[in-house]
Amino acid sequence: MSGRVITVTSGKGGVGKTTATANIGAALAGLGKKVVCIDADIGLRNLDVVLGLENRIVYDLVDVVEGRCKLRQAMIRDKRLEDLYLIPAAQTRDKTAVSPKDMQRVCDELRKDFDFVLIDSPAGIERGFKNAIAPADEIVIVTNPEVSAVRDADRIIGIVEAEQKGPAKLVINRINLELVERGDMLAVADVLELLAVELIGIVPEDQAVLVSTNRGAPIALEPKSKTGQAFRDIAKRLSGEEIAFSSTDGAGGFLGRISKMIRSGETKRK
Amino acid sequence: MRSFADLLSGKSRSAATAKERLRLVLIHDRSSLPPGVMEELRDELIEVISRHVEVDRNAVRIEIVQEGRSQRLQADIPLKAANLRLPD
Repeated sequence: MSGRVITVTSGKGGVGKTTATANIGAALAGLGKKVVCIDADIGLRNLDVVLGLENRIVYDLVDVVEGRCKLRQAMIRDKRLEDLYLIPAAQTRDKTAVSPKDMQRVCDELRKDFDFVLIDSPAGIERGFKNAIAPADEIVIVTNPEVSAVRDADRIIGIVEAEQKGPAKLVINRINLELVERGDMLAVADVLELLAVELIGIVPEDQAVLVSTNRGAPIALEPKSKTGQAFRDIAKRLSGEEIAFSSTDGAGGFLGRISKMIRSGETKRK
Repeated sequence: MRSFADLLSGKSRSAATAKERLRLVLIHDRSSLPPGVMEELRDELIEVISRHVEVDRNAVRIEIVQEGRSQRLQADIPLKAANLRLPD
């Protein structure tokens, strides 16, 4: 087996990288893929709490890199999905405890046993980000339909291309169709026009994400949730399935507006 | 601030403002040229081309154009009508 290493990054903090990593990971595992998520945000560990695995941590990524444990020992199996694992970040160290080479070595090892290695990158473009993208085969950029997030995403897309890790794929997170409709939020089409990259997901703004994070249970595992469906669609697209964007996702500003008029007759996706 | 059109429609349409501001800021961010280089480039291009044909110096325009994620240096260099005169 030679798995794919996918790094989730954004430039700007707080756009939903960790939530996206957890949910895409859970959704991929739900599709029957073997998945390991690595928290590369050393010193600011968070993927463990979002996945609800914080009580099981014994060893972390830095322990692996510094030889205090075997890779297997740092891998925490998810309580819900048997093919989902987490390698947590160290909390008491900083980004310099790991090098890009270390990340490559760890990922090369993981590639043998997993279909997907998902890396949750820290914000910024410094050492932690460099560590996170070094082993990546593909880069997923998470952004919000908002000026500073889009600007930072553009910068990251440029860096990813310069590092020959591109073309990056884009997830637009926290879109609020009411605000788009009112003319007070950038539409999906606007963001795509500005960034000129491939779209791989549109995730609505949804308070249920907060609730699921409070519980440590990814929303991607809630079958009825529209937001969960958005993450499951991303997982399917990453697995190579052709999943069309629906106008109800907010794909296409003009298209979205027209389709809203005829939506009443449309059956909701399950 | 609301534009006249916004006031007429009763909508704030801040998204359009955001898009336009981003469009401009991204062109600037993506440009790898340090400040002043465009002016220098413009002057030197005029100088070289003027050796061969007469150029309308004040109408020369040099800009970086975005095409998707790639950039193109575009120069519009109008020639003076004098070039069209028949040789003696």
